[in-house]
Amino acid sequence: MPDSPPQSVAQVREGLGQVGYLADEAAALVSFLAQRLGKPILVEGPAGVGKTELAKALSRSTGRRLVRLQCYEGLDEAKALYEWNYRKQLLRIQAEATTAAPGSEAEEAADDAGWARTRGDIFSEDFLFTRPLLEAISAEDAVVLLIDEIDKTDQEFEAMLLEVLSDFQISIPELGVIEAITRPIVVLTSNNSRELTEALKRRCLYLWLDYPSVDRELEIVRLHTPELDEGLARRLVEIVHMIRALDLKKPPSIAESIDWARTLLLIGSDDIDRETFQSSMSILVKHRSDIDLVAERVSVKLGEAEADVHDRG
Amino acid sequence: MSTTAASLLAFFEDLRSEGVAVGTSEILDAFAALDEVSWTDQRDFRESLAATIAKSQEDRRVFELLFDRHFFRAAETEALERGIEDERFEGSGDRIDLDELREAIRRAIFEGNDGEMRDLARLAMTAFGRQGERSGVIGVDVQRIRRALDLQAGGRRNDDDQEALDPDNVRQFERYLRRELERATIERTGKLPPSRPLAELDRTLPTSPAQDLTAVHRAVAQLKRRIATLGHEQRGRARGRHVDVRRTMRASLETGGVPLRLRYRPKRPRRPEIYVLCDVSTSVSSASVFFLSVLHALHDSFRKLRSFVFIERISEVTDIFEHERDFRKISERVSSEGGVADVSGYTDYGRVWLEFGEEIAEDLGPRSTVIVLGDARTNGREPHATTFGAIAEHAGRMFWLNPEPKLYWNYGDSVMAAYEPYCDGAFECWTTKHLENFVNVIAGAPTVAD
Repeated sequence: MPDSPPQSVAQVREGLGQVGYLADEAAALVSFLAQRLGKPILVEGPAGVGKTELAKALSRSTGRRLVRLQCYEGLDEAKALYEWNYRKQLLRIQAEATTAAPGSEAEEAADDAGWARTRGDIFSEDFLFTRPLLEAISAEDAVVLLIDEIDKTDQEFEAMLLEVLSDFQISIPELGVIEAITRPIVVLTSNNSRELTEALKRRCLYLWLDYPSVDRELEIVRLHTPELDEGLARRLVEIVHMIRALDLKKPPSIAESIDWARTLLLIGSDDIDRETFQSSMSILVKHRSDIDLVAERVSVKLGEAEADVHDRG
Repeated sequence: MSTTAASLLAFFEDLRSEGVAVGTSEILDAFAALDEVSWTDQRDFRESLAATIAKSQEDRRVFELLFDRHFFRAAETEALERGIEDERFEGSGDRIDLDELREAIRRAIFEGNDGEMRDLARLAMTAFGRQGERSGVIGVDVQRIRRALDLQAGGRRNDDDQEALDPDNVRQFERYLRRELERATIERTGKLPPSRPLAELDRTLPTSPAQDLTAVHRAVAQLKRRIATLGHEQRGRARGRHVDVRRTMRASLETGGVPLRLRYRPKRPRRPEIYVLCDVSTSVSSASVFFLSVLHALHDSFRKLRSFVFIERISEVTDIFEHERDFRKISERVSSEGGVADVSGYTDYGRVWLEFGEEIAEDLGPRSTVIVLGDARTNGREPHATTFGAIAEHAGRMFWLNPEPKLYWNYGDSVMAAYEPYCDGAFECWTTKHLENFVNVIAGAPTVAD
């Protein structure tokens, strides 16, 4: 696959579409800009609107390898950047020590020289554990670096990222600066559970992904479950939208609409009536209080619709 | 410098004055981005600018409003000055026919045609806005225009000849109307609506019950986010951890008995059980709206939370908070089902402690935190401070948040002094900053300096 920057927004959009990601205009445009300008993308939005998926799709469509750093509380540089392999270093030192004959006259002189050599030795790349960020920077091939749920980390970690994000380089005190050979496409995602620092935002292009419109979500559902009857798919998406309009603890995500569509296929129902809905509702709604609310509001509506049909029939 | 560049810079300047942080690097990015897309495509132009400049949703909102004012209003304003004309309504003279417009809107809504709805919303605003002067309150105007247009979801009025309108589309149309009106207001006054009340977290709490509830709610949402991350920060810290000797020794085997790597005991986050007791009597009515919304937010953040409201009696409302998500409904249900007012409607702290002590205190344990929200004004009744002391004894921690300034404590019928010795902390709480301070205290962080 070509690895030159894309020529137009349409091209990016098409590329994403080919690998099964239907991007809206903003997402396609920002992905395009990110590749042209070499800037990281910061994607925010509610859970389950395809933030992580965007990075994966970019990796697939550009043919780049995906390097993923999943963030969590207490993530530190030893897990994100690099770590010295102490054990290996220690073994190396011990091996060195046993080769030098103990008690000999030249021992001290040999020691000094040996130590200098060993020190140069043990702080080399052989003794380095590369973690995702270093891996992405030092990779020979072009990669997509996904830093997932950056809002889960502490501010200190964000500050550490700045060097990587703006200059695409990592300074290791013992080794010097490691610069990126090829510029990675960087995607950061955030669920907005805390405000990110200005410094981080400044270095990124900002993309807000929201729940898609009925039509677009219908397209997405159809893409993933082409066997599903179109009318049924539309009804399904409409119901999902209806549920999202309620004030829930956790509104259903796109992935959950797709899951639901698959479920309907599996159980082979050709219409969503009250019964089907109630039995498969747990795929969409996953909080007890939410389930109560949805059961109450949506089931009633479904009931009304059924009554209408019966009236007419 | 080209005129476009100049007008872009003016636009950035305006954004800055509205509080959007536009730095030089953002401006450079914006120009770099515009080099890559075609300037003539409105959508690309707008999105490129937004991606490089507006880096939060709040910023985006301001951005949209200003963007319209800067780049696409000029043409429209001119069109408006020449009178409302639209090629679709030609033939009906220089004034558009209202009935025709009404019909067109109805059709657009029925078809759910987005672009059409947007254009027609603009027309409707001008057409109906001119008939009478605007009220100045956007919500009122939207409803008036809607009435004038005879729009009803479901089309119940004349079922025979008109098909039902999709309520979603009607709502969408209303949203466009609202946006148009908002824009018009901006244009008229030359000012943006107050856009970021959150920037001033120091605002004092509402003093009248009618004051903007949503603003309080937004502040609480911010607070909630803070509560959510506070815990994280605490857990992420390596400071104050204890070395786990057993695991360190075992790990040292790999390195020939030299303990190169220290193993630490995992720091368990404190999962508090929280009991919140909230005074909802009239003497604290302004604060209780705030306190209720705090409760609402707390319920989302802490799983083990039980809440109570009291005036003369105490009643548990945990269920209401767990089942209702809508804040207004919650406050309605709290006042209708709480059943806490007896005869007088005056707070009786003493009785509340007796009841609480009898019914709930035995559930309390060393891990429970009790938070009382109230002004400690007993209206001259017996405070039963010893009962309160016994409750505090049972609970791990006891905090009191008083909506009155410390200066007023113990004046008149306030008996704060009787309760304070039993509390692990008594705080005045009438600004969001005070509340923040308090949250830091329960989360174990140092207090924010005043």
